[in-house]
Amino acid sequence: MDFEALAMEGGFARPVLEAQSAFRALMDALARPGTSMAGFPVPGPPAPLSPEAGAVALALCDPDTPIWLDAAMREENAVAAWLGFHTGAPIVAHAAEAHFAFVADPGDLIGLENFAQGSQDYPDRSATLVLQVASLEGGPALRLAGPGIETERAIAPRPLPRHFARQWEQNNARFPRGIDVLLVCREGLIGLPRTVRIHQQEG
Amino acid sequence: MYVAVKGGEAAIENAHRLLADRRRGPRDVPALTLEQIAGQLALAVDRVMAEGSLYDAGLAALAIKQARGDMIEAIFLLRAYRTTLPRFGYSKPMDTGAMLVERRISATYKDLPGGQLLGPTFDYTHRLLDPDLAGDDMPEQPERREGAAEESRMPRVTEILAGEGLVEPDGALPDSTEPADITRTPPEFPQGRDARLQALSRGDEGFLLALGYSTQRGYARSHPFAGEIRIGEVEIELDVPELDFPVPLGRIRVTECQMINQFKGSAKAPPQFTRGYGLVFGQSERKAMAMALCDRALRAKELGEDVVAPAQDEEFVISHSDNVQATGFVEHLKLPHYVDFQAELGLVRQMRREFEERKQTSTVKEAAE
Amino acid sequence: MAEPEQSQFSRREAMAVLARAPEDRVLALFAASGLPEAATPLRGPETGLVALRGRIGGGGAAFNFGEATVTRASVKLPTGEVGHSYALGRAREKARIAAVIDALAQKPENRARVADAILAPLRAEQRETDGRRREETAATQVDFFTMTRGED
Repeated sequence: MDFEALAMEGGFARPVLEAQSAFRALMDALARPGTSMAGFPVPGPPAPLSPEAGAVALALCDPDTPIWLDAAMREENAVAAWLGFHTGAPIVAHAAEAHFAFVADPGDLIGLENFAQGSQDYPDRSATLVLQVASLEGGPALRLAGPGIETERAIAPRPLPRHFARQWEQNNARFPRGIDVLLVCREGLIGLPRTVRIHQQEG
Repeated sequence: MYVAVKGGEAAIENAHRLLADRRRGPRDVPALTLEQIAGQLALAVDRVMAEGSLYDAGLAALAIKQARGDMIEAIFLLRAYRTTLPRFGYSKPMDTGAMLVERRISATYKDLPGGQLLGPTFDYTHRLLDPDLAGDDMPEQPERREGAAEESRMPRVTEILAGEGLVEPDGALPDSTEPADITRTPPEFPQGRDARLQALSRGDEGFLLALGYSTQRGYARSHPFAGEIRIGEVEIELDVPELDFPVPLGRIRVTECQMINQFKGSAKAPPQFTRGYGLVFGQSERKAMAMALCDRALRAKELGEDVVAPAQDEEFVISHSDNVQATGFVEHLKLPHYVDFQAELGLVRQMRREFEERKQTSTVKEAAE
Repeated sequence: MAEPEQSQFSRREAMAVLARAPEDRVLALFAASGLPEAATPLRGPETGLVALRGRIGGGGAAFNFGEATVTRASVKLPTGEVGHSYALGRAREKARIAAVIDALAQKPENRARVADAILAPLRAEQRETDGRRREETAATQVDFFTMTRGED
């Protein structure tokens, strides 16, 4: 593995405090699905890993959490090297072995069923997908409902994995198993825990 | 019925203050330093490190001081502390053959290469209390034998014996890609030998000692010989992605025991010497020997032996060897069980009533007959 | 101009010497060396755990048998060299300075000073400790006097 300075720089400037702030934002995002969290500190990872996705990695990943990278992330060696240096997490080739997936190109993502879904006994042994979207607006309108949402919430991120609403319905059907999703972009961070229900508005 | 109660805050706070005072002991006596504990109660520190499963003498000494010398409490403190730290990775498997040996004995080979090195052992002391130790007399400097050979591998007795093929080789594991890690995966039975050894290495010394003793007394007799016991420092190395060589981390002291067991053979294995293995942090000879006895006993199924004794029962031994788990469950009985007990009390009262009624009816019946 | 020290200098061996050295010695020798301390932290100093592995029977399959505290640091010099340090224990200042030393030693012009002012004294102290321990242990070797010793 090539260990250019690129891979070793760009960690959190104040690792403990900044990782805690990022963790707080993540916790809020998952407690209030669909609400965009912003203003948390971000590191400077090598492209195409975004600063917001990098913050998620530094807050949540460690040597016990294997990471899967999509093709766009894999293309740049520095991404795996940066994650390895700053989190210690191993990079795995098989999606099913990963606890976290970092996805630079959500529109091209493999089916959600390819990731670890957890077991009936240990539903926590499932993958969390971090999808780098271009924007939290301008995509197909999605209506969210479920725990953490009083009535209903509307979001329209883009791009999303193909047939996302239908795939999510299948994800719901596997409950308590199933994956969780974090959408990240410049504007902030949105959590989609497996408990959230998603309806795509027609037209 | 559920009754929520609150209270005891002031009592708890005062109990903590009282504990702190009693921990300190008489105030006109100087406080113990961690250096004194680590330096002069070194084997207590070793035990806390071994069963706390964390190698850090300074922290273990602090834990002993904080626990007022209650070893299981100190082990608990160390275990709790380790959960606050991130894991950097897994070391390369250490090479005990390259140990800087401080003690090395064999009960099976008198003239083994490298010799029998007694080291700092209690073995030949008379176990008579020494009143001089109540004072602060400096002992003599240790004797030195000049020109001791500089750093050479000291072969293990089992390596020497392996040539003849009468002793089974070091334990290989089938398709052992990644060693099990009981700190990461909840226990499932049956376990691999790797997972068992990890559990035994942090297991309670007293529990393993009693089980090892039971095998000698006939509960799963295994005809053991102490093939070799060695104590000393071993180099630790870690592979890290940013460097293209394994990073040396320093040395730790371990005790290793190779138990050699006579084995008359079974349908699965030819007659040979089988082995049990013990590896423990620090200078912990008794624990390493007990561990090796238990390791061998727990291999009963693998070697085609009947499982007839407690020491061979994997689920029994492994599930009860951890003293932090054990003390947690036993000591939780002190916590308020007021409501549970009220319910039980009601039940017993009712059963007693029914019992009395039955007795009365039968007396009435008898009288009527 | 070929420097003999350059080829003989082993980064791994230097890290081994620093890892074993007591914190106060590393700090004192570094301060006395006059080498510059300026460096940007890349990671740490931070304390964590390394799971320790042994081998079944001493040479068989690997198994995990406990953990140890380890402190590490990575730094970058103003001139761009990156240095790392890892050591058992919780000595953070030692970790930072050891990483600076590792980075400095990558520049050939610093190597002799690192080797002479820091590594050589530490290595000598460690040899002395090991040698004493070996000799003390050797004095407890059993000489079975009624036996002929194995000369083949």
